[in-house]
Amino acid sequence: MRRATLLLLALAACEMADQPRYDAYEPAPLFPNGASVQPPPEGAVARGYPARAATLATRPPLTPALLDRGRERYAIACVPCHGIAGDGDGVVPSRGFPPPPSFAEPRLRAAPAATIVDVITHGHGVMYSYADRVAPADRWAIAAYVRALQTSLGTPAADLPEADRAKLAEAGR
Amino acid sequence: MPQIFTPSADTWPRVGVGLGIVAVTAAILLGAGLVQSAYVTSVDWVVDQPVPFSHLHHAGELGIDCRYCHAGVESAPNAGLPATEVCMTCHSQIWTGAPMLAPVRESLAKGEPLRWNRVARLPDYAYFDHSIHVSRGVPCVECHGRVDEMPLMKRGEPFTMAFCLDCHRDPAPHLRPPDQVTRMDWSDWTAERAADYGRRAMEAHHIEPSRLDDCGVCHR
Repeated sequence: MRRATLLLLALAACEMADQPRYDAYEPAPLFPNGASVQPPPEGAVARGYPARAATLATRPPLTPALLDRGRERYAIACVPCHGIAGDGDGVVPSRGFPPPPSFAEPRLRAAPAATIVDVITHGHGVMYSYADRVAPADRWAIAAYVRALQTSLGTPAADLPEADRAKLAEAGR
Repeated sequence: MPQIFTPSADTWPRVGVGLGIVAVTAAILLGAGLVQSAYVTSVDWVVDQPVPFSHLHHAGELGIDCRYCHAGVESAPNAGLPATEVCMTCHSQIWTGAPMLAPVRESLAKGEPLRWNRVARLPDYAYFDHSIHVSRGVPCVECHGRVDEMPLMKRGEPFTMAFCLDCHRDPAPHLRPPDQVTRMDWSDWTAERAADYGRRAMEAHHIEPSRLDDCGVCHR
């Protein structure tokens, strides 16, 4: 009797560590492809889709917070190829990826923000879509920051205020 | 009348009791050492993977942010494993014929996900959410170790209850500015600076260690 109780307790301990449920990324023998995360059936509409679509369709007002968010998201998703300055001099092109154009190109300066958002959403040329990695609101933030980069790419260092020039010299050292 | 007890009658039980004490002590010591050993916690043990992905190369040498691939870490319980498309964002153009990457190309062609083997795993009875840790400024390196120095992925810290509780009971020295949460090298932060920042961060976010070790925080 006591042995049976102990065995039951030991079994329960194992059960608790690996409970009969499918966690994210856990193998799931129940499904033919063995994955716990199944692709949605055809025609399925994701929860919150209308809100996401609306965010994507409407350009948000330009605020310092939006630019800050854009700088952070740009550093995560875009810097590897487009480079920290937006001149297309990223680390991935240096390893053989076709280099992207500099944001300073006139046609990119002339492109509306919605075009930048569209490229992030759908990709362009050899650039894949980033729709699964960059949320709609963040695409607008990145588009806003690209504008800031374009301004910076077209501004000679001599035009900067004294304080910023000192910072630049400090960073360059 | 013959003697019932032989001259050695006392010796045997004494030896028995002595051996028993030694055995129990040894079992406790061995047990305590064993559960903390790498054999049990898997710390520093490389896990075989379908593709020998190098965090040293991608995160260390190339400096790609953790969140480029683990995009869910700020908003979801799971950090998220990158879909094959994320690998192919670059590898559709570079190292396109590398035999090492054949499983990645095959995964894309067949539409079948790669089956990575789990490195950092918690038991099902422990509830864990990446997003709250990231938004409060627990840097990746705190639990995952110097991933940027790992050619092959291994567990950086023992994911024992003691490991979690050490931080939950005294979070201050472990906290960093949330906007630098993916930074790996904090060697320029002295213990005083970390403690000072941690104290201010805890005030700002209302982090109260007295409640952080309640059972229900992790066991729900």
